Amino acid sequence: MRTSVLALLLAALLTGALSCGTTEDSARGEELQHTELVPITELERPSPDPRVGLAAGLFDAEEAIWNLNMLSTTPPPEDFIASFGTDLAFTGNYAIQGNYNGFIVWDISNPAEPELVVDYLCPASQSDVSVYGDLLFVSGEGLEGRLDCGTHGVSTSVSEERLRGIRIFDISDIRNPEYISNVQTCRGSHTHSVLVDPNDDENIYVYVSGSAPVRPEEELPGCTTAFPDEDPDSPLFRIEVIQVPLASPELAEIANSPRIFDDLEAPPTRDLTPEEREVVERAREQGRFVGEMMGQERVIPNGMASYFLRQIVEERGGSGAPTAADSTELRERLPELIDDMLSARGRASEALGPNQCHDITLYPEVGLAGGACEGYGLLLDITNPLEPKRIDAVADSNFAYWHSATFNNDGTTVIFTDEWGGGTQAKCRDTDPYEWGANAIYSIEDGKMVFQSYFKMDAPQTETENCVAHNGSLIPIPGRDIMVQSWYQGGINVFDFTDPANPVEIAFHDRGPISEDQLEVGGSWSIYWYNGVLVNSEIARGLDIFELLPSDFVTENEIAASKTVRMEYFNPQGQPMFHWPASFELVRAYLDQLERDREMEIRSINTIRNGIKEAENRRGTARQSLLMQLADDLVIRADQSPNKDKVKKIAAVLEELASGGS
Amino acid sequence: MLNFYFHFIIKKTLLFGFILLCSTGLIFVSCSGSAPVTDAETYQPERDLSSLEELYWSRLAEARLNFIQADVDFMTDMIVHHAQALIMSRLAPENDASPVVQTLAARIINAQEGEIATMQKWLRDRGQPVPLVHIEGVELMIRTEDSGDDEGHEQHHAHHSHGHHDMSHHEDMPGMLTQEQLEHLASVRGSEFDRVFLEYMIEHHEGAVIMVQELFDADGAANDSETFDLASDIHAEQVTEINRMQWMLDQMAADIE
Repeated sequence: MRTSVLALLLAALLTGALSCGTTEDSARGEELQHTELVPITELERPSPDPRVGLAAGLFDAEEAIWNLNMLSTTPPPEDFIASFGTDLAFTGNYAIQGNYNGFIVWDISNPAEPELVVDYLCPASQSDVSVYGDLLFVSGEGLEGRLDCGTHGVSTSVSEERLRGIRIFDISDIRNPEYISNVQTCRGSHTHSVLVDPNDDENIYVYVSGSAPVRPEEELPGCTTAFPDEDPDSPLFRIEVIQVPLASPELAEIANSPRIFDDLEAPPTRDLTPEEREVVERAREQGRFVGEMMGQERVIPNGMASYFLRQIVEERGGSGAPTAADSTELRERLPELIDDMLSARGRASEALGPNQCHDITLYPEVGLAGGACEGYGLLLDITNPLEPKRIDAVADSNFAYWHSATFNNDGTTVIFTDEWGGGTQAKCRDTDPYEWGANAIYSIEDGKMVFQSYFKMDAPQTETENCVAHNGSLIPIPGRDIMVQSWYQGGINVFDFTDPANPVEIAFHDRGPISEDQLEVGGSWSIYWYNGVLVNSEIARGLDIFELLPSDFVTENEIAASKTVRMEYFNPQGQPMFHWPASFELVRAYLDQLERDREMEIRSINTIRNGIKEAENRRGTARQSLLMQLADDLVIRADQSPNKDKVKKIAAVLEELASGGS
Repeated sequence: MLNFYFHFIIKKTLLFGFILLCSTGLIFVSCSGSAPVTDAETYQPERDLSSLEELYWSRLAEARLNFIQADVDFMTDMIVHHAQALIMSRLAPENDASPVVQTLAARIINAQEGEIATMQKWLRDRGQPVPLVHIEGVELMIRTEDSGDDEGHEQHHAHHSHGHHDMSHHEDMPGMLTQEQLEHLASVRGSEFDRVFLEYMIEHHEGAVIMVQELFDADGAANDSETFDLASDIHAEQVTEINRMQWMLDQMAADIE
């Protein structure tokens, strides 16, 4: 097919069609009008779902895979067998995999054959890892962690030998990591996030998140479980920020403990559930008063309504029973009366809100962080790294336990995960609600988070598979928001949330349970995109590496464009902004999207495609002028497209390619 | 599909340490349960995966010997504690709780049933008596699972126990409601149920948080990651729910004013 299109185009070129003002739609023909791509919401997904009913096994479980290719799966080194594999960080060609027993360094230069480089035995759960330059940071939270990395635990509840906090290693020679320092914290470090401040090249910052109980003061002075109003130094209700001087990282210490939760009133819940709405509607039909309180529509209790009515009667100097006119007035003035009443009471809530965060995702390029803090998702302004400020907070009427946050590349959408049951429980059974243990997707509008949808891996899993939403990262498909995510023994999946109200699954891999008889904790802890591959930390089974396969959900061109993004290092809790260099892959990817989303006539798209193919074959000024023509043509067409921005973006890439010479 | 290429790095000194520790009866996560594979040259992939699998199961079994009585008591007590939360939560639909409280109660049931199963498995894996929960209305019966050599022992919650573990003092556990309180909860409906439920459940959850804290304060407790994870997950979950419930209660107070 392509050959004939090319032939037609060449014919058109030879007749000078492309050399006049706009690219001619007269490069016509059946082929130019043939649309292949359709919106992903219209595509069929595998049915019945092959993830259901997979046979059990540790290294020989049955597998289901869709739109992915598994490049390799490598069991953990022997010292790490039966000890949880945890989070991942990346530097150069290396993947660093945390493990309850320490950490493992893999050389993934050849993703089909990862090479074990280091297995560093130094137990402490969870051993979540991050890198920056020559430094490796490892979280320690469990009670068994020892300062000397010993494997024999700590036998007393108060001990000088215990490490709960951050371990720092020098990895300038990654094959020989050197343990250089620790920073002890009150709750230990469940996870942490490394923040590189664009305005500070002498220090980096580590935000420590802890969710375990506070350790005894006898073990670490200053640790107390008193509330802040009793003891201003209380570690409750704060996160800890460690400052790491790059010139002497061994001097790293806690620099600040901002109380990002102070004065946090529980924010409004999201939209009412259908059942709640039904109650409200029924009440409305019955003539009850319905008003907005705390951002949610609620049935006004009869007692409160009578109180307001009395107030209205008094205001008009009347007495006795309220009239119909009074009721009408109440309906109109309800919001105002509720506001007055609430402000008269002072703060509506005496609850202190959350006192700890599980994970904080830092996105310094947009100056935002997403804090997954118990029942709250927080949006933090981190333009001053030492003074993160809360700008918004959401809670969820499904009582989510927020675990982690991921932003889309533009910082206009944020996904929070609900790690219901802590990750060790089976929460993807067909009896578990879709909204529980899922992702909640919010758009960010003027600094406020607005609920859009839930998304959950929806292939029912067995009783013996721990399964809930867990870690993931964006895949840099330009022009789309696509994420790869772990679901423990629910496997991994890839989904598109470009439209945050309608997320769509586009790829997956799943194994059967470790055991069909009883739940042994396993599955994917984390999966992240790193330089073209998807690297999966499997709790029990080691390291898997996948690549995305082209499909109607994501095209070869889109995948090729994603591979033009290169990272020197990557920490999942420190989200980098993706930038796509100008390339023909990028243009083709965008064109595929215009076709898929029906945002430009297929004839025009194919004409541009053919023009690009021609330009690639040209050199020098011939290429330059053709690219400029294509760009100009697109600028003209932009106005006819419902997605002007994307069309103009393509034009800009073409111009950049033109100015880049041959 | 499988990539069988990996190294067997056995650190001799560590291995020596494991043998020493294992032989003194102190069992730790890292103790090796099978002879190390040292000759990478001659190994057959299939066989090595199966030997790794053998190692996996034997390590799990060994790790499960790393516990003390305080861990056992915590699991045993928490099963009973959770069971009471089930009694309370199951009342929500029939007692006309508001939709929000019903959602909360449903989530508590789902979460705590799962955790009870996990704690039962924890005890079973360690050869300890396993309390089985039986609920009739607001009556809680705890029965010890048959371990093969003797009969199960049923215990009414307020009666004396003949089981392996004395579970007759449920009400002494932090946050446990009295039978009178449970009956009161069962007798109220609608918004009054909501209020009483939230108050009782906050108190009940706070008790669970104290139980986790007590576990962590015991020398040598929660040293195994399975125990630590379970206890700290319960801690995080209950603290989160306490906050949410406190907020719901405040809202109700605002409604009534």
